[in-house]
Amino acid sequence: MPSVTLNQKVVEKLLGKKLSLEDLKDRISMLGTDLDSISDGQIKVEIFPNRPDLLCEHGFGRALSSFIGSHKGIRLYKVVPSGHKVIVDPSVAMRPFTVCAIVRGLSITEEQLAELIQLQEKLATTHGRNRAKSAYGIYPLANISFPLRYVAMDPTTVSFQPLGFGHSMKASEVLELHPKGRAYAHLTKGWTKYPFFVDAKDSVLCMLPFTNSEDTGKVSVGTKELFLESSGTDLRNCQVALNIMVTALADMGGKVESLEVVYPAKSAKVKSGNNIGTIVTPDLRATTMKFDATYVEKVLGLKLKNTELVDLFARMGFVYSKGVVSIPCYRADILHPVDFVEDIAIAYGYENFKPVIPKIATIGEQDPFEKFISKLRVLCVGLGITEVVNYHLASRDGLSLFLESEDSKLVALKNAISEHNHLRQSILPGLLKTLSTNQHNEYPQEIFEVGRVFSFDSAFDCGVREDTALGVALCHEKADFTEIQQKVDALCVALGLQIRIKEMTHPSFITGRVGALFAEKKVIGFIGEVHPRVLTSAGVMMPVVVGHIDLRALYDICHM
Amino acid sequence: MDLKAVISKLHPLERKVIPVLITNRELGAISIASGLDLTETMRALQWLENKEALTLESKMYKVVSLDSNGLIYLKAGVPEQRLFDVLSSEFQSLSVVAAKSKLSVEEVTASLGILMRERVCESRKEAELMLRKAPGAQTFVSTVSAFLAKPFPINITFLSSAELDIVEALKKRKSFIRVEEKKIVTVVLTALGEALTKEEINSDVVNRLTPAMLKSGSWQDKEFRAYDIEMGVPSISGARVHFTNQAIDYIKNIWVEMGFREMTGNYVQSAFWDLDALFVPQDHPAREMQDTFYLPGKARLSAPLFSVVKEVHETGGKTGSLGWRYPFSKAESEQILLRTHTTVLSAQTIAGLKKEQLPAKFFAVGKVFRNEALDWKHLFEFDQVEGIVIDPDATLAHLKGYLQEFYSKMGYSQIRMRPAHFPYTEPSLEIDVFHPIRKEWVELGGAGIFRPEVVRSLLGFDCTVLAWGQGMGRIISEYWKITDIRVMYTNDLAMIRKAKVYLK
Repeated sequence: MPSVTLNQKVVEKLLGKKLSLEDLKDRISMLGTDLDSISDGQIKVEIFPNRPDLLCEHGFGRALSSFIGSHKGIRLYKVVPSGHKVIVDPSVAMRPFTVCAIVRGLSITEEQLAELIQLQEKLATTHGRNRAKSAYGIYPLANISFPLRYVAMDPTTVSFQPLGFGHSMKASEVLELHPKGRAYAHLTKGWTKYPFFVDAKDSVLCMLPFTNSEDTGKVSVGTKELFLESSGTDLRNCQVALNIMVTALADMGGKVESLEVVYPAKSAKVKSGNNIGTIVTPDLRATTMKFDATYVEKVLGLKLKNTELVDLFARMGFVYSKGVVSIPCYRADILHPVDFVEDIAIAYGYENFKPVIPKIATIGEQDPFEKFISKLRVLCVGLGITEVVNYHLASRDGLSLFLESEDSKLVALKNAISEHNHLRQSILPGLLKTLSTNQHNEYPQEIFEVGRVFSFDSAFDCGVREDTALGVALCHEKADFTEIQQKVDALCVALGLQIRIKEMTHPSFITGRVGALFAEKKVIGFIGEVHPRVLTSAGVMMPVVVGHIDLRALYDICHM
Repeated sequence: MDLKAVISKLHPLERKVIPVLITNRELGAISIASGLDLTETMRALQWLENKEALTLESKMYKVVSLDSNGLIYLKAGVPEQRLFDVLSSEFQSLSVVAAKSKLSVEEVTASLGILMRERVCESRKEAELMLRKAPGAQTFVSTVSAFLAKPFPINITFLSSAELDIVEALKKRKSFIRVEEKKIVTVVLTALGEALTKEEINSDVVNRLTPAMLKSGSWQDKEFRAYDIEMGVPSISGARVHFTNQAIDYIKNIWVEMGFREMTGNYVQSAFWDLDALFVPQDHPAREMQDTFYLPGKARLSAPLFSVVKEVHETGGKTGSLGWRYPFSKAESEQILLRTHTTVLSAQTIAGLKKEQLPAKFFAVGKVFRNEALDWKHLFEFDQVEGIVIDPDATLAHLKGYLQEFYSKMGYSQIRMRPAHFPYTEPSLEIDVFHPIRKEWVELGGAGIFRPEVVRSLLGFDCTVLAWGQGMGRIISEYWKITDIRVMYTNDLAMIRKAKVYLK
């Protein structure tokens, strides 16, 4: 979730009425943004990813002023044609779409410059998915000669002076030398050509998705006319971003002009798939969606009069009339009428909903297997064994003790960032670790744990077999096989079962002191005295006997 | 306090010590006189001190004792005496004298210095040093010999100033004496103590009732010692259920009380169930590699449901939604991961429901995983609580009703809903509770109504599905005052054995 810092004065000027600090805080929270703080003239707030239009002062102020009722209804923006053209070359298959705009009549102030920079950056990280989906450029119009070309070129053949650099360099050097080149190089893996905006005099405006050029791409305080482009892999995503930037500039007093973006003709056969013909951008027209007013009552339980409904829509910047809602061009999040319902709930005020518990009869029940586990916990505690809880994830080394299954069945994670990068295949390594870290505490130490254990098994849809197991470890000077057998016996007697033990071999146990547990002729686990070699490598300097029981198997036997 | 009452509570050890206090006041001496070892004696004295019968004073004293050479000289005589005793009125050479006195040259040299200072010896330089008794010095009795005869070790405060001079002199000689700091415990009787020493104290009281006494009836003639039951005892602790599971059990009970059925399921899931089925777009920032643990391999998916979900993402399908409008990737769906939220269980439950089973209510408490490094406020696995209500007549007002009830059972009587955003709910809200101690609103969970894109795909028809959930971490760390959440998995047995039971 992106966090933005907004200039409090700029926002307040847009509100149309004065709010006390308390009211301002409250309204910001209840509009649907996560307020962090208001101090030193700054509003720090987290914007949810569905509302990129709130990422700048003008967008935020616009929404808040509607919400508090001072500027209700939809904002409409006038666009006049500039007569200029941008030619999209079929070569830009790597980022096939661009949409552009011109805004005149500005005089960019320091505050506005800061706002634009933050908006551009936050939009690119969230809405543009860290520039993977779209990235944006803002240029002073004065130095540009139309028509522009959006074209992919071999970077070894192009030179320009990147933003922030005092000299010109080969475009191929940008990847290594420019900070943005290095930061976004991963997006361009496998590219031999890169998309550029080039003007009629062949000067480079920018190299995408990295940087503008210093000569034509540097906006400063006092700039009066701007050219904007939003380019990437998804046309709609580019359009929404452009609309958010352009409407913010229009709210600063700018006059918006459109351009013709000339794509390859629909009939053309191009690899890039951008043969959509000529489009005119920006398109700041409102869109519409049908809305059935009864949906509000169904979801929110509110019986609203038509006038109330119209007012609530207006407070969220929409127009509702006769079953149709007009949606402003900067809203990216309206997919379904339910999205209006949420906005109506916000406008109505979440604080104003009265809690209701419906009188419906449903039967509550714990999962029977979970209930069984709870009973086992009680039995273990009754036998004087204390419960511990270890992670399901463990390091490979930690798991090598008691490795019963073959290595190939041990489940390794693909991308764990810590050394806990395997799913445990047994409860026992965790219990030994617990004993090793508790050697300063009083003995006897008798512990158990219930949890999931994992192994690769292609019979399952996700390729992993998941079992629930009970592990018990008894640790003190005189811990021996008899004691663990007694405890397991007692446990099974309490479940109405008789167990039998059959000697087995297992390298982690003292020979002749490990046995498989059978109940009703089925193997349910094993018990044994841990081999001193294992104890030494686990760092436990006290005898340990253990038991490991498959609880699903035990449950099934108990419920046969 | 009544003297009789005090006597009745006396422990057998105390009973043995009291009589010897009349004549002994030092710990060692008391131990010898009472026949108890030092530890038993000390315990008895401390109990008596607790009863205010005496006060124990421990002081540090310097104690002089004989060192290795000192012990030899005690038997063989001090070197200067031995040297004098072999001198005669005639000059003898140093080596002769040394041989006669059985002293080393070093000892002879040291002793010679002393005898010269005492003017009882004369020397003459020839080829070898020659020695004889000084004329007129017929006898010499070393003060050191007398000093050595004293009963060591000796408290230095009991020495005269002349003896202290000797100590100073001997300290300079090799391994003669040792002067050490020692603790000496002495007893000062209070008035009660004085009174006790004058009483006849029966040392034959019964400490423990035995089966034999019961069988023989001998208990009838016995006097039972009264215990000092107000004194406190060493602590013990029984076995426990781990404290996190106590809180989880409590929460499960709340749900059952409210008529919810429990959902369970696998930790290892497909991206399809964990995310796609919940209408989380495949390029959603939360799906990026670093947040989620992925496993190798490809999951097998149910073909009919897969095509429904794919269509909903791409075009909205039959849900009335525009969809996310991007090419849906099967490979992305087939990825295997550790579940990132228990909402995956809600999705699977909804997918298995039929119209005639509604309304229905479910809950889950279970582990979820995030690919994070461990630190004091981040774990890579933790417990999440989740509830859903599938009810065609449910509304947002019901959601608030259920939440109010749930959180009041958790100990928070006031709740507040705030707008929020989750990809699979609309409306989405954050739940704040009013913290009764901190007196402020605290964010505790998320809630909402499942989007039609989710419900329609999984259930097959439209229906309101209320949903809410939260992590268990806050509840557990607050109750057990844990500041580092890794403590939940540290398994310090001392802490687990002593942790307060979940009393809510």
